[in-house]
Amino acid sequence: MSIFINSNSKVIVQGMTGSEGTKHTRRMLASGTKVVGGVTPGKGGQIVEIDGNQLPVFNTVAEAILATGANVSVVFVPPKFAKAAVIDAIDAQMPLVVVITEGIPVHDSAYFYAYSLQKGTTQIIGPNCPGLISPEQSNVGIIPADITKRGPIGLVSKSGTLTYQMMYELRDIGFSTAVGIGGDPVIGTTHIDCLKAFQDDPETNAIVMIGEIGGDAEERAAAFIAEYVTKPVVGYVAGFTAPEGKTMGHAGAIVSGSSGTAQAKKDALEAAGVKVGQTPSETARIMRAILGR
Amino acid sequence: MDLFEYQARDLFEKHGVPVLAGAVATTDAEAFTAASAMGGKVVVKAQVKVGGRGKAGGVKLAVDANDAKEKAGAILGMDIKGHTVYKVMIAQAAPIVDEYYISILLDRSNRTFLVMASVAGGMDIEEVARTAPEKLAKVPVNAVDGISLTKAKEIVEQAKFPTDIADQVADVLAKLWETFQSEDATLVEINPLVKTEDGRIIALDGKVTLDDNADFRQPAHEALVDHDSANALEAAAKEKGLNYVKLDNGQVGIIGNGAGLVMSTLDVVAYAGEKFGGIRPANFLDIGGGASAQVMADGLSIILGDPDVKSVFVNVFGGITACDAVASGIVQALELLGPTATKPIVVRLDGNNVVEGRAILSAANHPLVEQAETMDGAASRAAELAAK
Repeated sequence: MSIFINSNSKVIVQGMTGSEGTKHTRRMLASGTKVVGGVTPGKGGQIVEIDGNQLPVFNTVAEAILATGANVSVVFVPPKFAKAAVIDAIDAQMPLVVVITEGIPVHDSAYFYAYSLQKGTTQIIGPNCPGLISPEQSNVGIIPADITKRGPIGLVSKSGTLTYQMMYELRDIGFSTAVGIGGDPVIGTTHIDCLKAFQDDPETNAIVMIGEIGGDAEERAAAFIAEYVTKPVVGYVAGFTAPEGKTMGHAGAIVSGSSGTAQAKKDALEAAGVKVGQTPSETARIMRAILGR
Repeated sequence: MDLFEYQARDLFEKHGVPVLAGAVATTDAEAFTAASAMGGKVVVKAQVKVGGRGKAGGVKLAVDANDAKEKAGAILGMDIKGHTVYKVMIAQAAPIVDEYYISILLDRSNRTFLVMASVAGGMDIEEVARTAPEKLAKVPVNAVDGISLTKAKEIVEQAKFPTDIADQVADVLAKLWETFQSEDATLVEINPLVKTEDGRIIALDGKVTLDDNADFRQPAHEALVDHDSANALEAAAKEKGLNYVKLDNGQVGIIGNGAGLVMSTLDVVAYAGEKFGGIRPANFLDIGGGASAQVMADGLSIILGDPDVKSVFVNVFGGITACDAVASGIVQALELLGPTATKPIVVRLDGNNVVEGRAILSAANHPLVEQAETMDGAASRAAELAAK
């Protein structure tokens, strides 16, 4: 088992014919992901060959689903066209849409998130995220597949590189699924959604949760953990040294007044019984101690 | 990007939100000209992006143009909570009978937009929320549905605005929504929204925050960027397309890939620096996933040009761009920089092709570069070097 994606996931790539889309389609295929086609409006009917795979291109997500049975879409289209691409996927009732694109205006992401709620048939992950990987099963997005193997740890993180770092630190133990939920102010899947899925996933024995400054998602996650999660959770929060009012790389990573600080998040997690590491390496050591590895 | 009050006023005017005459001035002479053109009493208001300027003496009533000139002269150059006043707004004065509050903002917690409206205006709205929550209406607004005039009327009724002005306030709210949406704002706030003696509803002071991600479709926003108070290093970094934030009281320059890893690097350096007399990180710099030699050289040149920096910590996790490519980038960057590179650089590489990457750095044997195996170890070493 794993969460959200597994070896049966059939993936289409929105923006496959663009340079980023092509590059990462190749990487996803190489790591064993079942990529079954792509969507680029106006290029329907073309066949793209990537490393010996003949991938059909469709004008719309609905056409792609009809022809391929795809149940996951990954979006690589530039910010300007991302809203239309995600709405196309929602209209086609695509069950899971993973939005990698960075730099989408928040009015667009708030719109497609609200639209997905109204339609009720699509889960969005991202935007501004590295995607997710269930090692040795499926890899949807840009997470390097060769860092680690399949194993008992579930990981959820706002940050891409901290996801990779943590996977690397614990590479000998392995992961059921690692989900990068993204660093934007409005994202489709939260820490809580992933915590719930990991709690319910029999393959996952322990969970690493990585947060960062901005918003109150970690505080909410802490309350959820106290109430619902019985598996051990180890936490890490980035941004203790971030000054107030400055955006630290991710659009959502900003301390506003006294809200969104790393200290408040760490305190909330610890109050919920989560052990929080002071550095990524210490966080990994705590996880090792818990798993006895 | 947060706007100045005068910029917010101009955006409101553009979208039909009622405002009083206002003009910006950077000298007392300009203030005199603006006040003369307006005639009568004016208010001279310091333009700073921080609250509490009235209490700090940054807002003064002037009886005529000569008085406005004098008041502007006193306010320009003032320091308000660490913000230097480079501009004042000359605003028409109006007799006020009542003050209200309305705003629309992005509500991250609920992943929607939120309208806040109150008949208790002119004060800190967080104070109202704390002391008199019944006077503050909070209404979620779905990004798909937006705020029609009908919806605006509902909200105004919910906030218990007096019936004689309800229609006017609803009209302002609908136009404020138009401002919020068409300008790609994440906050539009009118505080106070006032009723004048002659019964008009007017936005007297405003705050606007714009979404930088929307710059590609908001070409006019470029002109709103405040160059006066920008940090010189941040401005230079921005010109090179680098994601850089200068931090106060730091000694260790930081370069890394990925926003989360760089934030974490700052923390780890501050943590390690405690053992060396309080050494701190001097900046945030995310060179992104690509980490090409040119980007590395640009980043290093900005950081080495910071007089606060005593040592540099390059912290890269090799993912899609593997460590050997990053190592080559560092070597080439140092060649590009030549003798301008003068500070010790601690490099920590981890991840894909780490063995090859470390070998490349070892072979280059650059006198400034030291390698460390772990992030914590590298942070400690960089702090130690900065403390020397």
